[in-house]
Amino acid sequence: MIMDYILSVATLAGINMIAVLGLSVFTGFTGLFSLGHAAFIAVGAYTSAVLTYYYYVPFALALVAGSAMAGAVSLVIGIPTLRAKLRSDYFAIAILGFGEALRVLLENLTITNGARGLPGIDSFTTPFTVLFCLAVSVVLVSNFLRSRWGAACIAIREDPIAAEMAGVRLFRTRLLSLMVSAVFCGLSGGLMAHYLSFIQPVMFTLTQSTQLLAAVIAGGMGSISGPLIASFAFIALPEALRVAQMWRLVAYGLLLVLIMVYRPQGLMGYREITSLFGKRRDDGRRER
Amino acid sequence: MFLQTLITGLSIGGIYALMAVGYSLVFSVLNFSNFAHGAVIMLGAYVGLALATKLSLGFGLVLAGSVAGAGIIAVLNERLAYSVLRRRKAPSLYLMISAMGCSVFLENLVYATIGSRFYAFPEFFGRQVLTLWGSSVSLLDMGAFLFALVSIFALHVFISSTRTGIAIRAGVSDMTMCSLMGVDLNRLIAIVFLLAGGFAGVAGVFLGIKYLVYPTMGWVTNKAYIAAVIGGLGSLPGALAGGLILGVVETFVSSYVSSVLRDVFSFSLLIAFLVLRPNGLMGQDTEEKV
Repeated sequence: MIMDYILSVATLAGINMIAVLGLSVFTGFTGLFSLGHAAFIAVGAYTSAVLTYYYYVPFALALVAGSAMAGAVSLVIGIPTLRAKLRSDYFAIAILGFGEALRVLLENLTITNGARGLPGIDSFTTPFTVLFCLAVSVVLVSNFLRSRWGAACIAIREDPIAAEMAGVRLFRTRLLSLMVSAVFCGLSGGLMAHYLSFIQPVMFTLTQSTQLLAAVIAGGMGSISGPLIASFAFIALPEALRVAQMWRLVAYGLLLVLIMVYRPQGLMGYREITSLFGKRRDDGRRER
Repeated sequence: MFLQTLITGLSIGGIYALMAVGYSLVFSVLNFSNFAHGAVIMLGAYVGLALATKLSLGFGLVLAGSVAGAGIIAVLNERLAYSVLRRRKAPSLYLMISAMGCSVFLENLVYATIGSRFYAFPEFFGRQVLTLWGSSVSLLDMGAFLFALVSIFALHVFISSTRTGIAIRAGVSDMTMCSLMGVDLNRLIAIVFLLAGGFAGVAGVFLGIKYLVYPTMGWVTNKAYIAAVIGGLGSLPGALAGGLILGVVETFVSSYVSSVLRDVFSFSLLIAFLVLRPNGLMGQDTEEKV
């Protein structure tokens, strides 16, 4: 009984961690601020749920389709806004607007059953599926960040103008980073839909985007393990302490301010958890 | 019908403009998006509501109290959440995240303490209507529009001709130089936030009277960001023009096309403006400098 409960909290935390991992590629490693990533979770959730619900598509295939759809949708907003090389705050507002507009659409489409949401989605997601997807995601993301493209993302975060002068193509790299982050958010959405077996447009609001962002920032912009630890703590701690949802959000808000004021590098800064054991791999990048 | 829609649009646009002015003012001086502006508007509305229901004050005093309250809240917000970052010359991303944090914190604090109930202001103006060329126009709508025009014009005069106003404009063009010329930056920024907060208070009271008062009412500030972008961030006449244009266009879309698509339309307009004309109608070049 109690084990079941712990397992369900851990599963939800794992699903959330995949989305946080995605956002950390975009915000943590490419340095662009997003207030709309809940929209990509929604796209993943709805696409995969509609596929299994109406068309009896196998679960694994639906998950892949949901992630791909989230990636494709990210191009719709990414191509015009990133091509225009918007200032980071303009971009944040644009993607916020995109997220809100997408939610209004979901609330008014017939295939998504409108604002009432889709009930009775088959609960295919097991704790094992989540663990497996999370492990695969961590491997994929860390490989991506070690690749040429990842290095280009990090260069853009450190200084976009210098990166551009060194030959990094800003538009392509940022778009790729957005797409990668959207794909993982889509995967997280697909898993979520088939775990909760019910989705509704109000689950994907600015609040959800803020929670993702809080985890990335609290964990450290420039670390993979930091945001994962933070996101786990964000789900597990309030659950363990039995705090009401609204006080949880009060704490998130306060935490964002306190982190920016006192420890902008977050929990892990640019380090990884592995660097705490064995040889230190602190590359000593300065705080920006 | 046409005239009625136009006036409703202008009155909503006037409220958008009041919000956009405060947001734009902070943007022009500190160069970051103050996402906490919506929360200040919401708190201003609650201050006004408390004065109107608990002390049963008249409209003038409620408005004054709300302006003062929201102004003080905005200044405190700057002191507690932005000033350290500002002195450390942190990137604007950090200021923006801090502002987002303030917004989430304040909104949910109200939600957790006062509750999610919707409150209505007592009826200050009744539901009087004016008949103009065969269409009925609400007096409140006309009043909100005129008040927005007058107060934004007053702010424009203040910024363009007083000593403090000149200091603010100097700060907009170069902070460091401005402080070298002997301007007390902390005081200047406090004044900017006081003004922005004051306008937020007015917007909060009008929004509260026109609709209702509730914790997430500040979300409507999204529209103010759009208005500010359309007009050109950092420009006061631009914020006014942007607010009015957005208000009118939105009202026409919702009454002639579809009320559901209103928000989708506004956000598409925002993206179109950002892509095609990122400096808005009246903004200055805001290319990030090396």
